[in-house]
Amino acid sequence: MQAAIRIEGLVKKYPDVIAVDGLDLEVRRGECFGLLGPNGAGKTTTIEILEGLLEPTAGTVEVLGRRWDREADALRARIGVALQETRLFDRLTVEETLRLFRTFYADGSALDVETLLADMQLGEKRRAWVMKLSGGQRQRLAVALGLIGDPELLFLDEPTTGLDPQSRRALWDTIASLRDRGKTVVLTTHYMDEAEQLCDRVAIVDHGKRIALGTPSELIEELGGHHLIELITDPPLPPDALAGLPGVRAVRQMTGGGEGDGAALALSLSIDEPHVALPALVARLGERGVRPTRLMSRTATLDDVFLSLTGRTLREG
Amino acid sequence: MKMTERWRPLWALSVARITQFWREPGAVFWTFGFPLLITVALGIAFRDQSPPASRVALVSGGGSAAVADAVKGVAGLAVETDDAATAARRLRSGEVLLVIEAPAAGPVLYRFDPTRPDAPAVRRLIDDAVQRRAGRRDPVATRDETAVARGARYVDWLIPGLLGMQLLNGAMWGAAFSIVTSRQRKLLKRLAATPMQRGHFLLAFRVAGLVFVPLQAAVLFGFARLAFGVNIAGSLIATLLLALLGSWSFAGLGLLCASRAQNSETANGLINLVTLPMLVFSGVFFSSSRFPEALQPVIRLLPLSAFNEALRHVVNDGASIFSQGFPIGVLVAWALGSSILALRLFRWT
Repeated sequence: MQAAIRIEGLVKKYPDVIAVDGLDLEVRRGECFGLLGPNGAGKTTTIEILEGLLEPTAGTVEVLGRRWDREADALRARIGVALQETRLFDRLTVEETLRLFRTFYADGSALDVETLLADMQLGEKRRAWVMKLSGGQRQRLAVALGLIGDPELLFLDEPTTGLDPQSRRALWDTIASLRDRGKTVVLTTHYMDEAEQLCDRVAIVDHGKRIALGTPSELIEELGGHHLIELITDPPLPPDALAGLPGVRAVRQMTGGGEGDGAALALSLSIDEPHVALPALVARLGERGVRPTRLMSRTATLDDVFLSLTGRTLREG
Repeated sequence: MKMTERWRPLWALSVARITQFWREPGAVFWTFGFPLLITVALGIAFRDQSPPASRVALVSGGGSAAVADAVKGVAGLAVETDDAATAARRLRSGEVLLVIEAPAAGPVLYRFDPTRPDAPAVRRLIDDAVQRRAGRRDPVATRDETAVARGARYVDWLIPGLLGMQLLNGAMWGAAFSIVTSRQRKLLKRLAATPMQRGHFLLAFRVAGLVFVPLQAAVLFGFARLAFGVNIAGSLIATLLLALLGSWSFAGLGLLCASRAQNSETANGLINLVTLPMLVFSGVFFSSSRFPEALQPVIRLLPLSAFNEALRHVVNDGASIFSQGFPIGVLVAWALGSSILALRLFRWT
């Protein structure tokens, strides 16, 4: 089956910066695909090129088997878009905004406004001016506008940035239900939990390049284990002092993390089974006569993947 | 069926534009209220001032009743009856110009100071009235015509220019400001990502003008008629068509100013750069004929000059719209030229 999106050697240069630096990607039909990375990684530039809003400097982009330079009108009718933080018409109501956008699409292919209002839980707010909506309601309206043309492919740029936890959850449910209905969804985010929750596959981008690609579970697996132990000892230990412990797949010196002097001396152990690795670790520390000042075991996340690939956390950007 | 579907977005965008306008109290005030305030202020400053009546004292008694009857209804005279002492005091103090004494028998006496400029004229005015009442007949028929006729006053000339200014401001600020804010808020980008015909978005501003412009013209002319008795000498339809054409060419300039500006400061600067010279040169408050002859051909090519010229001919002189080929040509050229250029330059991001 033909891919929903195919990108080869995509480059976008601005006078002072290279936003996208040779990106290759393929998004399959019916999947929810996440573009992950810190702010300034080139996610928005990439997605706006895919939406036909920016021209690439070099490379080929195929969306739904079509090219923007030849079939822009046909493409615009088949994709849905929610830009990062769009402000809509302040003094139109939710319903008026939806009805206005609906006129841009051919009658037969557009969704029913009533259904959409109900699906996006905007029914109560249908007569409210857009300027009076909360952040979560605005974002739901933005997604609803992306959906109104009943698109084959939906782009969501940072859909939950700035939302409170409850609104985030609600929007996640909505996006998950879109994927369940067979829509192809491409979203960008710098929240790793969002990607883990929603995306079938993710590409991690940094400085305009793809540095990892796979399902969230595969990427975490590449770390060497689904669990992590973070350890600080007094006196500090070098990483190789803990090599060869049963159940420990890798030991890394952690840099950054922003927790003062101690953070630079922290060790991170990738492990499969905490109940095997932990007793062995405690025994080894006893042999060496060092005292753990911090010992923490947790599930590995895509944040850890990004950290191991770049040496930086996502929030540092 | 296909046709209606094709134009539906334009209709929807225009309705959205009009709806938003009415929901913005500021926009409504600046478009309708503020021009009225200016009209009132200017109307008061330049209202017709009839000269104050000349005050005259009539000494009571004797034949004063006959004199009072004679001068009653003479324009420009205010005659009050006093006793002799009071009348004399008022003449001395300059409160009255002249004192009339009419004894029961003998000549009517006019007492006045001939060095006061109006006094001899007032004396003649009163004497004429007194003689005519007593039976004098003037052998030559005469008729007076005052120089300030309706339709030729300053306020008559001013109102069409005010409409021009109002349409210029409304069309330019209205269109440009809303476009630049939409660009800043990425709303233009969002619209560009839909299959919306891009020309429809810009055309919607003109369609909305079909509603605003007749209202603006009606409010201004209606008010001017009630407050100052200003009449439209020519055809109402011609006035309306000119107003629409004018606002379209101004809106085109507004689009042009807004076609690339990334923020409202830039747009404000550009709009001022375009509108202020026109407000000075195009004869809104005073005739542009006061500028040197060499400048006149250039001034006539400005859209606001063309609009004011054509509208004043229709409104003040009752000219036919068909006699206004040159200014109408100028307006059409501006409307088309600015729109085509604006569409080519326009940035959606």
